[in-house]
Amino acid sequence: MAMSRDEIFEKVRDVLIDALGVDDDEVTAEATLMGDLGAESIDFLDIVFRLEKAFDMKVPREELFPAEGLLNDPELVSNGKLTEKGLAELRARVPHTDLTEFAKDPDINKLADLFTVNAIVNYIDARVNAG
Amino acid sequence: MRWIWIDKFVEFESGRRAVAVKNVTLAEEHLHDHFPGFPVMPECLMIEAMAQTAGILVGEAKDFQEKVILAKISKATFFDYVRPGDRIRLEARIETITSEAAGITGEIHRDDQLIAEIELMFSHIDQNLAGKKFPEENFVFTGMFTSLLRDVALDKAASGSLKAGSG
Repeated sequence: MAMSRDEIFEKVRDVLIDALGVDDDEVTAEATLMGDLGAESIDFLDIVFRLEKAFDMKVPREELFPAEGLLNDPELVSNGKLTEKGLAELRARVPHTDLTEFAKDPDINKLADLFTVNAIVNYIDARVNAG
Repeated sequence: MRWIWIDKFVEFESGRRAVAVKNVTLAEEHLHDHFPGFPVMPECLMIEAMAQTAGILVGEAKDFQEKVILAKISKATFFDYVRPGDRIRLEARIETITSEAAGITGEIHRDDQLIAEIELMFSHIDQNLAGKKFPEENFVFTGMFTSLLRDVALDKAASGSLKAGSG
């Protein structure tokens, strides 16, 4: 079942309003889940559960939030920044996210900024409208 | 969760839904202060009652082998006061359950009247906080809960493990 990006965005926005208790005008495409919308780790699971219901599909957490798993590997992280290898790994894991800005200074604290509303919409878009 | 705040379960469908009841009495001392001359059940204690109802439902779904803790109150909306003499009925339903967590929707009714809508998330902490040390024994589910389940039929394996974990 094909869906337009606007339709997907609206559903994602409703999910985030319910999961994070935010107002609809706070949920913009560029908003970051942690920085702008105040999400904490348990909220990521809540968001996954609600997306699964809203879009009637399995949403593996590591697919939606793939950067979470990189942070503990010394080959991928050095001095608080992603290494070349880490960056390559991140690119492979988040094909739906634009990493141009992040790559200039791959500070892992800024990884949180990659979790945007748009990243979720991109992910769902790729899943729903694939093939 | 050793403090028991519900009276008993009246319905229990393993892994799906459970209904518990609580009788509210003026013998509960906090009602004398909440509020003087106007005793009403604090909303936070309605959430606690739902958390116990739902927590046991979630725990039983994994045969009480996981340590289940309340991780998030996603929603709590209240529509009326609950007063001494009321019997409230707490219905919890598992919306999603995975190896690491569970999402719950709940409703509280007094007779046919909707009193509250509550959504909760529970975490299976051994699955979520890898590397942190918790006691081996299951400190969440103890034998104290068996009396709550006296009126509902559970399969033997689950009630057996609950007793075994009581220490």
